[in-house]
Amino acid sequence: MSIIVGTWVAAFLTLCIFSFLYKDNPFYKFAEHLYVGSSAAYMLVYFYFFNIKPMLIDKFITSAGTVRWILIIPAFFGIIMILRIIPQISWISRWAIAFTMGIGSGIGIVAGIHGYILPQIKATFLPLVIPGNVVESINNIILIIGVITTFLFFYFSKEHKGLFKVPVRIGMTFIMISFGASFGYTVMARLSLLIGRIHFLLHDWLHLI
Amino acid sequence: MFKKLATIDRRYIYVIIAICIIIPLLTKIVLEIKVSPPVQSAYDSMEKLPTSSSVLFSIDYEPSAEPELQPMLLAILRHAFKKDLKVIVMCHWPLGFPLGQSALVQVAKEYNKEYGKDYVNIGYRPGTEAIMIGIGREIRDFFASDYAGVLLDSLPMMRAIHNYRDIGLLIGLEAGATGDFWVRLAGAQFGQKIVLGGTAVTTPDWYPYLQAGQIDGLIGGLKGAAEYEKLVESSGRGIVGMTAQSVAHIAIIVFILLGNIGYFAIRRK
Repeated sequence: MSIIVGTWVAAFLTLCIFSFLYKDNPFYKFAEHLYVGSSAAYMLVYFYFFNIKPMLIDKFITSAGTVRWILIIPAFFGIIMILRIIPQISWISRWAIAFTMGIGSGIGIVAGIHGYILPQIKATFLPLVIPGNVVESINNIILIIGVITTFLFFYFSKEHKGLFKVPVRIGMTFIMISFGASFGYTVMARLSLLIGRIHFLLHDWLHLI
Repeated sequence: MFKKLATIDRRYIYVIIAICIIIPLLTKIVLEIKVSPPVQSAYDSMEKLPTSSSVLFSIDYEPSAEPELQPMLLAILRHAFKKDLKVIVMCHWPLGFPLGQSALVQVAKEYNKEYGKDYVNIGYRPGTEAIMIGIGREIRDFFASDYAGVLLDSLPMMRAIHNYRDIGLLIGLEAGATGDFWVRLAGAQFGQKIVLGGTAVTTPDWYPYLQAGQIDGLIGGLKGAAEYEKLVESSGRGIVGMTAQSVAHIAIIVFILLGNIGYFAIRRK
């Protein structure tokens, strides 16, 4: 019974949201506000029961020694983060933000250089001609031209004029192709979501398929 | 007439797109699906794993990406269970947990798999990057117990699993940037073999990883899910949805052409 009620509620809310495609209306507004409110409440409960309770409160109660007392540090930073809502002392929250940013930068810099920049540079050092493999040779040449000309496009110390204009134009074309591919994929993603919803309406709700 | 072409009311477009999706779904027409090399590589990576190897699934998406990634998860899980691999499911996104759990329960039942012996769900923990680095040392530092609070050491299949060295393949199903972290932390720092599956929005950003050999396979969007379903011979929402997707794409191309014909005709006048 609960599944049937849930399916009908989900179908009704889906149709409420789709009604916006015709024009803005009270049904859409109702579904939109319900979504925002329920999401906020759900996340609040979820984060308390999956983050704060097991990782701070329960751990503080069950742990002993250093492990227990070290939990005071994140608890302290968590509390001072909330001080942002009091304008007079909101500056204290910057300590927590600084702490978070410090950790984020530390991990990010190492991961970025070691895990992204260096492997990608290494993957660009390709042979221009591979004997007996014309397709791979052409691919490598295109890749290297693409990398160099795209770099040149972002070189702004020299005006994009004269002889310099040609590689910059080629670089821009590579960038445009990349944007086009990303946009095409994005259209596909949005249609997939629509297919998912229509599949739900036809399969789970109306049982037509 | 050309002005009308250039300014078609968007509501007509919505209706036609809806029809283009509804009719293929109702008629269940299936178009031929060609498997692309990135998806084939993903499949082969799993296929090469010896029996009883462990596969870690990271469910890093929420219901908003469910239409694309859930069919992918179901298809890959079927492949893993068919090969008798040990499946560990975890998530960095809190709402990924119920999606992962429902898929696990469904597919495990199909293959008569037993919880704790063949598969486990260790659930969600906050702290994405810290967890990824921490698993390199000891998974229990962050996941002392599974989603239900059962200690990992009391689950038979988890006794021999401590860090990345014990995990044959990591499958990251991603709707955001978590896939990048997996590659840059687990892949680059610990040499973990990774296959990424993403929404169609996120997939283009990961082709450089594939080209550089940082990941072993890439499954993109509903199309990727359909290709994987074809490889594991299990028709699901991916294959069914791809016909609707193709028809809708043709409709969009026709609208783009009509709009441009109208635009250039007006400009010439």
